Amino acid sequence: MADDFNWAVGGAAGDGIDSTGKIFAQALSRAGRHVFTSKDYASRIRGGYTAYKIRTSTEQVGSVVDRLDMLVALTQRAIDENADELHDGSVIIYDGEDIGDAEIPGDATGVDVPLESLAAEAGGAIMRNVVAMGAACELADFPIESLDEVLEKRFEEKGSKIVENNRTAARKGQAYVQDECDVETDYELETTDNDYVLLNGNEAVGMGAIAAGCKFFGGYPITPASEIMEYLSGRIEQFGGHVVQSEDELAALNVTLGAARAGARAMTATSGPGIDLMSETFGLAAQTETPLVIVDVQRGSPSTGLPTKQEQGDLNMALYGSHGDIDRFVLAPTSVADAFWKTVEAFNLAEKYQIPVYVLTDLSLTVTERTYPRETFDMDEVEVERGRIVDEDEVDQWVDEDGHFTPHAVTEDGISPRAFPGTNGAAHHTTGLEHDELGLRTEDVDERVEQVHKRERKTETAIEREDWDYEEYGDPDSDTLVISWGSNEGAMLEAMEFLEEDGISVRFLSVPYMFPRPDLTEEIESAEDVIVVECNISGQFADQLEHDVLTRVDRVNKYNGVRFKADELAQEIKETLEMEVTA
Amino acid sequence: MSSDVRFTDFKSHVQPTWCPGCGDFGTMNGLMKALANTGKDPDETFVTTGIGCSGKLATYLDTYSFHGVHGRALPVAIGTKIANPNLTVVAAGGDGDGYSIGGNHFIHAVRRNVDMTYMVMDNRIYGLTKGQASPTSREELETGTTPQGQEQPPINPLALALAADATFIAQSFASDAQRHTEIMEAAIEHDGFGYVNVLSPCVTFNDLDTYDYYQDAIVDLEDRDHDPTDLNAAEEKILDPDHEYLGVLYRDPDRRSYDQRHGFDSSMAEVPDGAPEGAEKLVDEFY
Repeated sequence: MADDFNWAVGGAAGDGIDSTGKIFAQALSRAGRHVFTSKDYASRIRGGYTAYKIRTSTEQVGSVVDRLDMLVALTQRAIDENADELHDGSVIIYDGEDIGDAEIPGDATGVDVPLESLAAEAGGAIMRNVVAMGAACELADFPIESLDEVLEKRFEEKGSKIVENNRTAARKGQAYVQDECDVETDYELETTDNDYVLLNGNEAVGMGAIAAGCKFFGGYPITPASEIMEYLSGRIEQFGGHVVQSEDELAALNVTLGAARAGARAMTATSGPGIDLMSETFGLAAQTETPLVIVDVQRGSPSTGLPTKQEQGDLNMALYGSHGDIDRFVLAPTSVADAFWKTVEAFNLAEKYQIPVYVLTDLSLTVTERTYPRETFDMDEVEVERGRIVDEDEVDQWVDEDGHFTPHAVTEDGISPRAFPGTNGAAHHTTGLEHDELGLRTEDVDERVEQVHKRERKTETAIEREDWDYEEYGDPDSDTLVISWGSNEGAMLEAMEFLEEDGISVRFLSVPYMFPRPDLTEEIESAEDVIVVECNISGQFADQLEHDVLTRVDRVNKYNGVRFKADELAQEIKETLEMEVTA
Repeated sequence: MSSDVRFTDFKSHVQPTWCPGCGDFGTMNGLMKALANTGKDPDETFVTTGIGCSGKLATYLDTYSFHGVHGRALPVAIGTKIANPNLTVVAAGGDGDGYSIGGNHFIHAVRRNVDMTYMVMDNRIYGLTKGQASPTSREELETGTTPQGQEQPPINPLALALAADATFIAQSFASDAQRHTEIMEAAIEHDGFGYVNVLSPCVTFNDLDTYDYYQDAIVDLEDRDHDPTDLNAAEEKILDPDHEYLGVLYRDPDRRSYDQRHGFDSSMAEVPDGAPEGAEKLVDEFY
């Protein structure tokens, strides 16, 4: 286990908890320490309780733990809410002039620092949280110079006076602890020379989109996905792109689709309730073979549910949502860094296979800021693959006998040519109705079946050509197999260290591809115990795996638009039974 | 191509399946003529429609065309236009598509003022689903779903557009080919959201809003001394319950389009083979 230190700032919404936490996390990151952050928060703008928690170590950390070593408490409630996580060695910094005599649980140590008064002396009571951070530096034996750097970066736009005041405020906190508080701690936060960057999953998705050449984002605000739109607004324009905040999620996906039709790499991001509304256009994108990237930052429960809580409850919707049989790919990044790379990959898959691609992240991934070595996000490693795009000179290779362009040409690999509006000679119709190779509506049973097979073949081609792999950790020979998807990877990796302590070794597979997904039949069948870890009650991924491994039904399917006829059905069943026998 | 383009260049080889006598024939022909008269290139024109009889229009044009889901033609068109400002973009739809299921998109498309054209083929009935009341059906219209009439007034889409700060509001009539074409030309050439409500009779299911009715009810603004840049005059006409006006009711020649405000000037279809130049600075921000 990492030699870790767990720090938090907690108070009411509106107390500047997020910015304070972020500044302290950046200071740690700048000092070459790894950081993993999390938030306790409720869906309200002011009042209530909110906390920003930081786990830090000189080694990589990928999870939170139920242990708090130092807490800056701006309210008594911040102490009460964390009572279970505090221990004998915990230190609580609070302002007795503000909240009175704090009730300190158990043997934890309360350190009363007049945060507001000291901040006022430094130039403004508003800097009370900075005073607290200065005090924290002293109590954790962490160099205050690292904090200085971040304060300068944060406030330099407001002028040198403000920067100086903040530095002074931090030092007043530090000095007060040194001079006035009789408290000893064992904490010593070492620094290293490593260069880390600190970012969360939403930022990683946004950066990944720009890196992949995404120039259009259509979105509608929703917790916890809005941050992706906020990240892109103001940045994507520098790369020739544009963000449209639309009137609702229906419009958000349709503007995105419109941009994709024009040839832009286009994306939307939302959470479950937004996906509900986008389902109709998701089907349209699939039927018209329009490449799109749809990010679903999952949150808790159906309906409005738990907007600010964690859940991985949208897998079934991503796999099955929208009516009809629909081809789609579903990726589920396993970490903040993976969110960057999977977003890049999602754009490539979308365009190569002309298909809508889901990127399923979740609340925990996006409220977590995490450190990585800079080279984790090496822009030179980004590759853009656009698939079968046809320009003016190539149009005549893809026309029918009358010279009409064939945007849904039936090909061996299922992938048809794509020509953007403005390409001379390739004007064509596109419709959400079933269509022929020209894109014109058809109800002809043969053409319908041809198109169904063509779309299906794209998935088969993708399964063949791409890596749909998983990461493997732990003991490869263990009889115990643990499988998880998405953001659980970090917690599981560390859980394995706890298990080791109890003499339990496991083989752990972390799966980022939900569809197409790796075939785990062999791995599952060779293990004695198989445990699937996921943040939902029904075990949506477990269902998929059981389906893959255990299903033994033969299938009789008809999809040409005509119902079963009795004699035909009897014949189909007979043929299926005969195949059984010969097999 | 632009100087010698003919309206037949905009016509696809697909035969329309609208009922004989449907107003949509004239509505579509006027659009094609207007596109030709304004020198547009079919290969650089994108027409998008929703669902309904109007939705079929996209199939009959030999341009890039997109037939999407019910009510969402406008957001598709907006996305396409922003991603490639060099295209001429037209959205078309019916009264149900635009004022009912897509009503929210209509309001917001009007106020966004993207440089495009929106042609509503208003037959005041649901035709494709065989004759149910639409948001523009008049109160006395008896339909399958409203055998006693509507019990509610029709929406006034022109007033809705005015309230949403439209920069171009016009109304035309499907069987007045010359005026309809002229009005569509003005909408296409308007630098912003050119909105035209076309009165397009449904000869099969609407026995109230017939060609005869419109011949009597329509007042051509050309015959009145109407100044479309006069907001008060436009409001007066638009809120007048006694007449069906034809012509450009309102035009704001000064307001800049969304495209101009954002300085869109090139297609977003170009993507480099790797991360775009300067992407490293995004990583620097997190340091």
